[in-house]
Amino acid sequence: MTLSRPQAMAHFDMAIPHAATSLKQLKENGTKVVGYYCMFAPQEVALAAGAQPVALCATKEEPIADGEKTLPRNFCPLIKSSYGFAVTDKCPFFLHSDLIVGETTCDGKKKMFELMAKFKPVHVMNLPQGYAAEEDKAYWLAAVEKLKKYLETSLDVEITDAKLAAAIKERNAERRLIQELADLTKHDPVPLSGQDMLKVLWAHNFVFDRQEFAAQVRELVGELKEQAARGEGALPKGAKRIVVTGVPTGIGAEKVLKIIEDCGAAVVYIENCSGMKQFVTLVDEDKPALAAIADKYLGTHCSCMSPNPRRMELVAEVARDWRADGVVDVVWQGCHTYNVEGRVLKDYLRDNGNVPYLQIETDYSQGDVEQIKTRVQAFLEMMG
Amino acid sequence: MAAEQEIVAGVDAGSTAIKVTLFDGTAMANYLEPAGWNPRETATVLLSKAAGLRGVKAGGLARVYGTGYGRVGLGFLAKAVTEITCHARGAAYMAPEARTVIDIGGQDVKAIRIDGAGRVRDFVMNDKCAAGTGRFLQVMAGALGMDLGTMAALPADGDACPINAMCTVFAESEVIGLLNRGTPRETIVAGLYKSIAGRVAAMAARITPCPPVVLTGGVALHQALHKALENELGLKVTIPGEAVFAGSIGAALLAWEDLRRKGE
Repeated sequence: MTLSRPQAMAHFDMAIPHAATSLKQLKENGTKVVGYYCMFAPQEVALAAGAQPVALCATKEEPIADGEKTLPRNFCPLIKSSYGFAVTDKCPFFLHSDLIVGETTCDGKKKMFELMAKFKPVHVMNLPQGYAAEEDKAYWLAAVEKLKKYLETSLDVEITDAKLAAAIKERNAERRLIQELADLTKHDPVPLSGQDMLKVLWAHNFVFDRQEFAAQVRELVGELKEQAARGEGALPKGAKRIVVTGVPTGIGAEKVLKIIEDCGAAVVYIENCSGMKQFVTLVDEDKPALAAIADKYLGTHCSCMSPNPRRMELVAEVARDWRADGVVDVVWQGCHTYNVEGRVLKDYLRDNGNVPYLQIETDYSQGDVEQIKTRVQAFLEMMG
Repeated sequence: MAAEQEIVAGVDAGSTAIKVTLFDGTAMANYLEPAGWNPRETATVLLSKAAGLRGVKAGGLARVYGTGYGRVGLGFLAKAVTEITCHARGAAYMAPEARTVIDIGGQDVKAIRIDGAGRVRDFVMNDKCAAGTGRFLQVMAGALGMDLGTMAALPADGDACPINAMCTVFAESEVIGLLNRGTPRETIVAGLYKSIAGRVAAMAARITPCPPVVLTGGVALHQALHKALENELGLKVTIPGEAVFAGSIGAALLAWEDLRRKGE
């Protein structure tokens, strides 16, 4: 059987290399740039302010040494990388950002933002500890309203309901399109590798012409449907099917995804924040815009929420629908919430579908690749 | 005819020792050499020597499967299988009733839940850190001025002084400090075993160990550690006679099964 890679992937191979230049052009044409790190930052509010939201660098090992000059060594690599990139101006997106929207997703990040605010305008959104209670929802809506006012004042614009509604429509259309793409990896053989899926989802943050991005994804979806109809795959038919969950594993930090696929298994679904997490729910277009935005973003099933039943339910559901042979939960060293929640998830998956579970605790370095490979191989051998 | 008899081999290229098991469906023989500075060479020579004792050349073995830390470097293998799968299979062969395997090797520790056929149901392994492994004991034996054999034979099941450092480097300084204060070596070694056993038991709790538990790997030779581990786990732990060879035995059995399957 020949293994195939869609030609449309060429767009996404070039998306990130081109991104810095296109952002610079936008900037030179007068567009304001709002940098963010996390999925809790409501992108529609920035869009409605006429600004370009852009994801900031946090997924490479290289600037960690610079991060460690200020931050403790036993911090999670994502925070050290973010800070190292920012403080050295090695992240062009940070450099071009007029302001940064942060959020209190964890203790490390909120304290890091205090340091970052010394050299960049930073607006930190306060998150409640849960997504279910009415008082938590009200608290978060106030934080979103505060962000709106902050952007209006700092960027000297008015954020109208009409602009918010237009931004919601645009982003919802993208979410539906990405859901359609993700549905295709239910096929066996899987038509797109997990590493390529990551590249597409990552490009979502770095192609600033939304029409262009949507057209590229549509082209890819079309090609994948034809491939699937011909029975062609990116990995062999019958390859073990793995759902990856846990911490964000963006480009530069995709070590575990690569190991899984190097071992011959297929990553059929990336559930984490660099994967599908932001695309699985829409903003309700029938509700008042700001409240609907607040609702969608607060519902993000991040381990910083306590308790976090939605993640358990969703991972079990995905494992069933994508016919997964196992779930691999990636945890960055120092990320206590994902680390502890691993135990909750393991038990939940045992009781709901009896899905084999493997937790991998690691960082951005390559020093433990062989050890991780042994665990992943043993996990795949266990499935028979 | 002897020439018709097919023999398979399992090679466990561990961080400290190379183990080879030959198996012909009935008779099993085990061989061991320290890994030395060139584990690939050691494994090749040991395999040839073992095969030679059965009157065949290494190339005449029907199938050679490899496992262990050094498995990736062995070019002559028909297949490389992880030490987790192999230890489970090997331990179940030696102790068919076993449901949990704890393996303490030269530089890693693993706890494995298995079913009656020796198949892995769940497992957990230590991370990059060497605390609680054979390497940890080797460094501590050095600090105590004895070799590992002497340490293993020490009657260290009496009083244990607490050793608090988890890190090998800090634990070594702690041991040197204790020696300087005149603490008896038996008490220190008992403390080290207690600290390792506590660490291993905490790790094993992640897979909810259920009895019977067997202990494999080179560190199983330390008898006082065996007792300490039983105390910390709150479960009886048995050590099979060929505990050191669980990995190579498992690899040989898997090679044999695949050979039979092909023959059918």
